[in-house]
Amino acid sequence: MFTWLHKMGSPPVLYRFAERAAPWCKWAAFVLLAAGLVGGLVLSPPDYQQGDGFRIIYIHVPAAIMSLLVFGYMAVASATGLIWRLRMAHAVTAAAAPIGAAFTFLALVTGSLWGKPMWGTYWVWDARLTSELILLFIYLGYIAVVNAFPDQRTGDRAGAILALVGAVDIPIVHYSVQWWTTLHQGATLKLSGSSMATSMLWPLLTMMVAFLLYFCWLLSLRVRTEILHRERRATWVMRLAENGDS
Amino acid sequence: MLRELLRRELLIAWRRPGEAMTPVVFFLVTSMLFPLGLSPDASMLRPLAPGIIWVVAFLAGMLGLQRLFRADYEDGTLEQLLLSPRPLTLIILVKAMGHWLVTGLPVVIGGAVVAAMLFVPARYIVTVVIGLLLGTPVLTLLGTMVAALTVSLRQASVLGPVLILPLVTPVLIFGAHSTTLAMQGQSPVQAFEALAAMLILSASLLPAASAVALRISHEG
Repeated sequence: MFTWLHKMGSPPVLYRFAERAAPWCKWAAFVLLAAGLVGGLVLSPPDYQQGDGFRIIYIHVPAAIMSLLVFGYMAVASATGLIWRLRMAHAVTAAAAPIGAAFTFLALVTGSLWGKPMWGTYWVWDARLTSELILLFIYLGYIAVVNAFPDQRTGDRAGAILALVGAVDIPIVHYSVQWWTTLHQGATLKLSGSSMATSMLWPLLTMMVAFLLYFCWLLSLRVRTEILHRERRATWVMRLAENGDS
Repeated sequence: MLRELLRRELLIAWRRPGEAMTPVVFFLVTSMLFPLGLSPDASMLRPLAPGIIWVVAFLAGMLGLQRLFRADYEDGTLEQLLLSPRPLTLIILVKAMGHWLVTGLPVVIGGAVVAAMLFVPARYIVTVVIGLLLGTPVLTLLGTMVAALTVSLRQASVLGPVLILPLVTPVLIFGAHSTTLAMQGQSPVQAFEALAAMLILSASLLPAASAVALRISHEG
């Protein structure tokens, strides 16, 4: 495990790994996405209360889960980068941040589109909406910091500190906002069992895995660009650019 | 050495009172705008007062943050502090304390004045003060971390608030609501406990994070 991680610290090795992983993630993500969408939009019955409106959860819930998961991933990668001084860990974090921000934005937009017919308003200052919005601002802050420094390495490590502080802060934000007010429905999925019909549940779980793989695909693409940009002075990148292929 | 450092911080502020007083003056002036912009009516201002006080206190807290390390960075004092045998974490904690005494404490006192002017009943003003006493140091500590991170950046004054404000929202929530709860006849103790918990957490973790941040941004 650690030797594998250690090898991934080398830019060309990580580059080729991402190159090989990308198509697998892509096809798996699209197959599951198709299955989840058919299951969610066609096969599952309309909700007895919300009618067809509930179907937006097949995008909304996976996006919201990914928005948190990506931040957790960034925090772990940042810690790895700070502790073992792995430059590639920072490259991965920097590559993941815009994707996480996009998931957060998607969760907010789909939530707000759902809110209009269900709650009668696009936006309410509800606990989860608010904490998701704060999460978006934390993502944007991270991206701003990483790009603010003229020196890449300083920016990386400054961003890593921010990601770690943010990772400690996000649960606090989440619970304090929850204490503040709550209108959002409670969690449907629980470890002890869910309050959802199986025909509605399996497409949701499929979509979650699909989103995760979709993230892996985007990440592998972005990581490669990030590595090429960072290592643009390295001989292997120059050779790659000349020959068009490694 | 740490006591000397605190003395130095306070002395610098004392010698240049204009700079040190800016946040509290900003706090008072901005609070004055709300009655003008909303309504001078007591029944309207009273329920809004806790929120106004806390939001403006946060914005005032953003103002002096660049002072914290910038001058030391420019004249090389910071390098000496980094080289000092004392743990950098403690040095930063002392600097943060000095900064809070100079800029935070006046805002806490100003908060009592503003609360009275926004028609918060006299017996609840003490909850405003307790809340601010517990909450503003958290803001200073987070601000210290961000100031350490951005000390070498020219656009730090713009970037700082964007980074800090989302992270301190829990303090705002519990701070403003402690007074609101009290004014509604409920006990604010729970909110105070949450604020105290956040203060302890940030006082124990953030100076260490600031120390790492300072070393990183100083190297760059």
